Amino acid sequence: MSSSSVLYDLPGPKARLRNRILGVVSIAAIVALIAFVVYKFDQTGQFEARKWEQFQYVAVQREILSGLLATLKAAAVATVLALLFGAVFASARLSDRWLFRTPATFVVELFRAIPLLILIFFGYYVPLQYGWPIDKFWALVIGLTLYNGSVLAEIFRAGINAVPYGQSEGAYAVGLRKNQVLRLILLPQAFRAMLPAIVSQLVVLLKDTALGFIITYPELLFAGKQIGGRLAFGLPYVPTYLVIAAIYISICGLLSVLAWWLQKRLTRLPRSAAKPVPATQTDGGTGVTPL
Amino acid sequence: MGEFLRVLTDNASLFRDGFINTVKLFLIAGVGSLVLGTLLGAMRVSPIPALRAFGATYVNLIRNTPLTLVFAFLVFAVPKLDVNIDYFPSACIALTVYTSAFICEVVRSGVNTVATGQAEAARALGMTFAQVLTLIVLPQALRAMVPPLMSVLIAMLKNTTIAAGFSVLEAGAIPAYMAERGEPQFAVLTWIVIGFLILILPLVVLQRFLERKWAVAR
Repeated sequence: MSSSSVLYDLPGPKARLRNRILGVVSIAAIVALIAFVVYKFDQTGQFEARKWEQFQYVAVQREILSGLLATLKAAAVATVLALLFGAVFASARLSDRWLFRTPATFVVELFRAIPLLILIFFGYYVPLQYGWPIDKFWALVIGLTLYNGSVLAEIFRAGINAVPYGQSEGAYAVGLRKNQVLRLILLPQAFRAMLPAIVSQLVVLLKDTALGFIITYPELLFAGKQIGGRLAFGLPYVPTYLVIAAIYISICGLLSVLAWWLQKRLTRLPRSAAKPVPATQTDGGTGVTPL
Repeated sequence: MGEFLRVLTDNASLFRDGFINTVKLFLIAGVGSLVLGTLLGAMRVSPIPALRAFGATYVNLIRNTPLTLVFAFLVFAVPKLDVNIDYFPSACIALTVYTSAFICEVVRSGVNTVATGQAEAARALGMTFAQVLTLIVLPQALRAMVPPLMSVLIAMLKNTTIAAGFSVLEAGAIPAYMAERGEPQFAVLTWIVIGFLILILPLVVLQRFLERKWAVAR
């Protein structure tokens, strides 16, 4: 490190030597770990051409692509609905009337505390039992919407609350109405503060579409199971899941980079009085949000 | 209402076994991910570039992978590498591997909340590394870490339900059993929600309490 950190002083000659030795040792350990994994892969024949052959076939590529599209479709629909849900419940929670505020608080807090999979099961098992099965797509989307919508409602509320009180006070003083204060003063500033947190939550939502696998919605992970389970190609689970993981990591990684870039860009422009809302992504995944 | 209660009493042993396994998963994976996460966090703040890079790569790869995929890899792919792990330990490993990436981030940002000047002043007083760490940095960093750490653990508790999709009988697996028994699913799922609320509530109360008690004025 070029400058001293909280934990370590700038290294002197002794510490530099020690760090260099530790560096070499840890590189050796990491290389040994990778070598062991590669050896294990090789020993069990994961590099055999037969196990990778499938990915050359157009039909298999289509299979992966349609899985990816199903994932993206569920994520896109759930994103739109969750944003709407979040906007409605955030405004209800910010309302001056307890009649709106109390039920909205209850709903938002409840849905954030329920495991997402259980919410999806509500949409899947309950209609199924009454002989009125809904599409697995909608069971997944409803679960994702209720959970992520509640989280987004909290992000929106935190964003609006992050705008200093003087801003709305000033706006009321010049004679703006409540609606105008929200629309002209609070939202534009809050939007900047919460944009990175929103994008981070959407990454969480995209990752959580993988729960559709459990209710056998044919998304990307489900396609992976199909491709990996083919006996004719020597059950290529390992290569297939590596490919699927690479797809998820690159898409979510790109979105994470976008969130990071937005955060950097928005904090550089000091035009909003609101402090950025902390991204929930750092607090966990698969619907991990501070309660 | 009688029907609603009957669902619980008639299937009490299933609910009990399910939730006991959920708590077991939570405790084992909780301890595991705290240990692994702290280790990774220490790597990320270490002065050795190779370890920092390793920690960063681990976190970025795992954080952008769905937990369900981690589960699927352990249950379907790992046996193909001639490593045979039972379903329950697999679920513990999957939750540990996934959660420790988030714990690592909490540890790292917790250490980074401590102002450099604090450690510099301590060093200027002649404190050794161990003294700076235990007397100056950790007491402040731990306070900043506790609330987000609790959030991660609460999320992990909810994530244990995913094990249901991979042959572990825990709370999330109850609906599938109940579907076979023909019990009313709405009641079943509501009981599961109540069970989770009972498990989560003490954690939330503890989190709020610690947050208030250990608030640091900076």
